[in-house]
Amino acid sequence: MINKDDIENIKKSREAWQDNTLSKLPPCQAKFETVSDIPIKDIYTPEDIKDLDYLRDLGFPGEYPFTRGAYAPMNRGRQWVIRQVVGVGTAEETNKRHKFVMQQGQTGMSNDFDLPTLIGLDSDDPLAVGEVGRVGVSIDSLEDMEKLYNGIPLEKANHSFTINHPTVAILSMFIALVEKQGLSMEKIAGTTQNDPLKECFAMKVFVFPPKASVKMLVDTWEYAARFLPKWNISNLNGYPTRDSGGTVYHELGLTFASGIQYFDEAIKRGIDVDAIAPRISLMWYVHKDFLEEIAKFRAARRIWAKIMKERYHAINPQSWKLRMHAQTGGATYTFQQPENNIVRGTIGGMAAVLGGVQSLAIACYDEALSIPSEKAHKLSIRTQQVIAHESGVTSVVDPFAGSYYMEWLTNEVEERTWKIINDIEERGGLAVCTENGYIDRMLANQVYEYNKAVEKGEQIVVGVNAFADEEEKGKLPSEKDIFRVSSDNEEKQIASLKRLKRERNQLAVKNALDDLLRASEKNENVMPYCIAAAKAYCTEGEIIGALKKVYGEYEPSTI
Amino acid sequence: MSRKIRVLVAKPGLDGHDRGARVIARAFRDAGMEVVYTGLHQTPEQVVEAAIQEDVDVVGLSILSGAHMTLFPRIKQLLTENGADDIIVMGGGTIPEVDIKELKAGGWVEEIFTPGTAIETILAWINTKKNAHALQKNRKS
Repeated sequence: MINKDDIENIKKSREAWQDNTLSKLPPCQAKFETVSDIPIKDIYTPEDIKDLDYLRDLGFPGEYPFTRGAYAPMNRGRQWVIRQVVGVGTAEETNKRHKFVMQQGQTGMSNDFDLPTLIGLDSDDPLAVGEVGRVGVSIDSLEDMEKLYNGIPLEKANHSFTINHPTVAILSMFIALVEKQGLSMEKIAGTTQNDPLKECFAMKVFVFPPKASVKMLVDTWEYAARFLPKWNISNLNGYPTRDSGGTVYHELGLTFASGIQYFDEAIKRGIDVDAIAPRISLMWYVHKDFLEEIAKFRAARRIWAKIMKERYHAINPQSWKLRMHAQTGGATYTFQQPENNIVRGTIGGMAAVLGGVQSLAIACYDEALSIPSEKAHKLSIRTQQVIAHESGVTSVVDPFAGSYYMEWLTNEVEERTWKIINDIEERGGLAVCTENGYIDRMLANQVYEYNKAVEKGEQIVVGVNAFADEEEKGKLPSEKDIFRVSSDNEEKQIASLKRLKRERNQLAVKNALDDLLRASEKNENVMPYCIAAAKAYCTEGEIIGALKKVYGEYEPSTI
Repeated sequence: MSRKIRVLVAKPGLDGHDRGARVIARAFRDAGMEVVYTGLHQTPEQVVEAAIQEDVDVVGLSILSGAHMTLFPRIKQLLTENGADDIIVMGGGTIPEVDIKELKAGGWVEEIFTPGTAIETILAWINTKKNAHALQKNRKS
């Protein structure tokens, strides 16, 4: 904390500077704000952080409240994990792409699924027409999981599954694969996204009603606390909240409110907070405001540490420590002049690294057009390698600490986040606020205002509402820039699913599904039954179908 | 005074990218149109049923999953089969130029607006189209 008299002197001098020096040079615009509408003043001085207590509010990296970093040496100890998203077409095709990105130096495996898989439908479901393998890999059963991992040693890789409502089915298929290979899940490291509430209010790729989805999440947490010591069972994800229009404090506030809902329910089930908290990680968006993003990562670690220590009385320091993945934001990328996205990805990647993330994906520059080509994938990996090995930012831990603006903004983001968390708590928690449409309206208003600002030119988007080349106006990307999934994937996938359904042991399938249904009706933990069903080659659609019979399906209110 | 323009904003496909659809729905409403928004995960059959039931002048389809080459033709075909060929069909989404050309040439959609299009442009287009359709109708009758 800074001496009161010093602050008084600084205030006087600053006011004189504003009157005598600054006032002679008028600003070029009426107001300055962060991308989240936080007003920015002329200048920041010790006055703005006069209450900052270094040891209490910042401390040291690797120690409470972790503002400066999750680990003591940060990138000086071990570089962040390069984890680009992969998922395309059939399991065989994705398997090839995995091997390609691993050869390029990627160190973690990340699987994105197609829409039918994400909403618990088999590839031959009538609703799946035209969507099979289109935006990610199609997984119908254990057989597809076997193809996905063909020739990839499970124990050596670090796995990630971007799956939410159907986690019980997809994780069970992976566990079945591991056990079938004679390995133990105790030795396998990886992550399931498994954050169902934000699917209901932001990502909109859901199956079950909010409260039922939380029940099944707690099933997976309970199972993980006992049997999956190296698995990050949930990777709470703020990305869709931001991409669907939320500000930085909506992103943090709604994500932490989700976490609070999950932990409250888990603790009611008798799960020890210290048995599960160290296995939860976070994923964030990287928006275009470089400094606000760095402040966000710093604030996020401090908020999480407080939630764990003060609210849940966690005693294990591992529970207080927030580990984060970040991905540069899709909605900041533009369809027009797509090469500009390479630059946006670089700035976003720098913000994430300076903010201290543990793993990073830089969205590929062609993602506003289609799912990425191999060339674009390689460029995103190279961008991360340039940041890591050429920019020099990895040699120092949390270099922005102590900046008047950065510390003020970190506090400001934290304060606004607590307001959201407390508001939701007062309204009965996030599951309730999702079910009654409160969150949906909150985000819809925000995005509408942002869009109006872009249209009025208050928010400049380079190459779109400013600096658009005349000859490029209205010109759309040419065919050569677009990666297309081969169109016979759907037929292939359906044919292979039909063959599986004919050839598997029908009695075993029936028994496993009957057992799952009975267990759900008794409201037991469904995980052991889902694993048994996966081993019997029940399909995802069959497993989720059985659960839907008991838990129902989500029908959101429309605007 | 003619009745207000009625628009169905629909979101076929299984993805959850409803940001564009909702901004458009709200902007149309602010511009004085009557707007019905279907919500997510609509099958072509559901979209067409809603369009007919709501007696709309325009159907706006927001498609971001990449399944546009399947969905636009299917919806247009169902509209025709149900005698609702006079409804103007337009679309929005990240749709490649070659696909837009093919869809327009096939008569599956009258116009497609890609991301970054100003709302004003879309509103002006609808008004022009609506007047042209009204003229055509008058001539026929």
